[in-house]
Amino acid sequence: MSDLEAFRRETRAWLEENCPQSMRSPVMSDKDQCWGGRNWTFQSEDQRLWLERMAEKGWTAPDWPSEYGGGGLSREQVKVLRQEMARIRARPPLHSFGVWMIGPAILKFGSEELKRQHLPPIVRGEIRWCQGYSEPNAGSDLAGLQTRAEDKGDHFIVNGQKIWTSYADKADWMFCLVRTNPDVKKQLGISLVLFDMATPGVSTRPIKLISGSSPFCETFLENVRVEKNQVVGEVDQGWTIAKYLLTHEREMIGGFGRTAAGQKTLPQQAVEALGVEQGRLADGMLRGDIARWELDAKAFEFTAERVVDEAKAGQGVGNASAMLKYYGTELNKRRQELLMAIHGSDAMVWEGEAWNEGALARQWLRSKGNSIEGGTSEVQLNVIARNILGLR
Amino acid sequence: MTGLVLNDEQQMLKDAARRFMQERAPVSQLRKLRDERDETGFSRELWQEMVEMGFVGTLIDEEYGGSGFGYVGMGQVFEEVGRNLTASPLFATAVLGATLLRNTGSDAQKQALLPAIADGSMIMALAVDERARHAPHYVETRAEAQGDGFVISGRKVAVVDGHVADKLVVSARTAGEPGDADGLTLLLVDRAAAGVTVERTIMVDSRNAAVVTFDQVAVPKDAVLGKAGDGYAVLQQTLDVGNAMLAAELLGIAQEAFDRTVKYLHERKQFGVTIGSFQGLQHRAAHLFSEIELMKSVVLKALTALDQQDDSAAQLVSLAKAKASEVAELATNEGIQMHGGMGMTDEFDIGLFVKRARPMQQLFGDYRYHADRFAADRGY
Repeated sequence: MSDLEAFRRETRAWLEENCPQSMRSPVMSDKDQCWGGRNWTFQSEDQRLWLERMAEKGWTAPDWPSEYGGGGLSREQVKVLRQEMARIRARPPLHSFGVWMIGPAILKFGSEELKRQHLPPIVRGEIRWCQGYSEPNAGSDLAGLQTRAEDKGDHFIVNGQKIWTSYADKADWMFCLVRTNPDVKKQLGISLVLFDMATPGVSTRPIKLISGSSPFCETFLENVRVEKNQVVGEVDQGWTIAKYLLTHEREMIGGFGRTAAGQKTLPQQAVEALGVEQGRLADGMLRGDIARWELDAKAFEFTAERVVDEAKAGQGVGNASAMLKYYGTELNKRRQELLMAIHGSDAMVWEGEAWNEGALARQWLRSKGNSIEGGTSEVQLNVIARNILGLR
Repeated sequence: MTGLVLNDEQQMLKDAARRFMQERAPVSQLRKLRDERDETGFSRELWQEMVEMGFVGTLIDEEYGGSGFGYVGMGQVFEEVGRNLTASPLFATAVLGATLLRNTGSDAQKQALLPAIADGSMIMALAVDERARHAPHYVETRAEAQGDGFVISGRKVAVVDGHVADKLVVSARTAGEPGDADGLTLLLVDRAAAGVTVERTIMVDSRNAAVVTFDQVAVPKDAVLGKAGDGYAVLQQTLDVGNAMLAAELLGIAQEAFDRTVKYLHERKQFGVTIGSFQGLQHRAAHLFSEIELMKSVVLKALTALDQQDDSAAQLVSLAKAKASEVAELATNEGIQMHGGMGMTDEFDIGLFVKRARPMQQLFGDYRYHADRFAADRGY
């Protein structure tokens, strides 16, 4: 315990000295998030410094082994680091599909060569990754994907099309599910491969969403050469890794909509906008709706906590990620609808600096995708019914 | 206990409670009591066995003959009580009575009454509500100072186990008007005292409550629990403990109704297949599964907060009771619908769960009462 307290003191002192003042406020827009990569333009010198200093300590991926550039911290130390960062409202130094998704998969399933090649640049924020999963005809039925990888001896030639690739137009490398064997059960002929987006034959086209932004792309793959050593795990065994990654993704998406440190909670915003009469929010019907949401939001927060505690204690039902993804995204959609109701016509404005360029409406529209991406709510309910309740 | 998981002792208590309720007090026992129109409404023999198992003394300190095992522990017992619809005075006596005495009783009161609860020789009941919907500050019942004591007059409804209680605790007004939180006093009254009339009410769940009328009932000065006029805060603490246990029992009810329903989906065939193969039912079952997972978390959180004397315990109890009421209602209603016509029959047990859930939801405040209390506590 005293070791952990010493770590807390050191961490606090280090953060105090190294986290620039301007990095100690909540992320308000996409521009405040640092994604790194070859093409990244830092929003400010502070943003660059903050990433560089954290990466130097390996704290952009604090729980990864230090031999691959990570922080080498224990679970308890990572928790302390997060607490200390939250204490000074420090922003995450790096937003990264490398850290969140492909990194952990390479650590778990990848060869030593892949670990040495890919993990350190992820930690340093030098390479930005994107995920090539969905295809025009493989959405909920992801295992039905058709992008072909033909065996050419020492390499594969890949042909096909991916869709809903987050930030493909800004990414440097892709982790991509491809069909390496069309003659077996669909789940057994899939491999996970890695390639540079600058490889000849790779092209992207952004998709404009109802929110007006384009976080997703279509990605076209025409005779793209992929080296054999860039397969994660075994050839034809990619579905196992894909499911592992989907679990990560579901937990991540399920966590959207939690109020970040320093942000006003939904009830606080309601009180500010509508006022209080005799100790109660002035709009009685809206108050009831907000209370129903907050009861569920708290219950969900404790459930996420309990799932982690149970996993640590070696208990739990397993398959919790489907339930968390389903409930968390539906909850966030309710939250966004309530925010629209609380702010009324103010929330409907689409443009203008005084209106934060319609941020409220855009977030509300974007949240509709939460219960679609990473497996729809209906797919999550299928997973619960089949895998936990045994209904089929 | 570290985090939201049971420690070994709590898990052992839960396992013991599960085995005991399944073997000694399953749903068939409640049917028997109902069908035989049992006057007591529970088995005194069973009550004595629950004493021997240590369930009754869970919230009573060791010096008074209990185990002082705490709220998380008692919550596990109540979850199993909920699963088996076990009828006993555990709630009114071992939770409400014991908590009131433990929190506010004088040494003499504790000495006289807590060991009697722990050994099963005394049954208690708490007389709070005067209206059909829970409103603990709406009290017309008066306790007038007279000579060396008080004289109580008034009428209380929904007094759980009032029909068999040896000792009643009544909230009465020594000052103020109905609706005021100030001026309430809690008093111990003998069931046999002159002027006390008890009218047994057999409830929809085949359990018993009572309407208790006090007509010029004289009690001595030392019948006061805690301080005269300051009863409301003390009462709230006890109601919080009570509501946490009701939430735990509702969790047991919801889980058992859900398990039985999923089992039925696996068995019942229509159109040549089990009805559990239909996505329309699968998605409703999966949604209910998720809601019950949330319910487990809030119940354990509230019980833990009570054990740790957390400042936010009252808020967490309202969260737990509100969510538990909401989900138990959903689980029991879905249970009937998914059992189809069989769910409407008295022969199937599922109907007993819906009938037990509603009175427990209402008792000491339903979803709406506690959502309102939660929101007010959260500043809106």
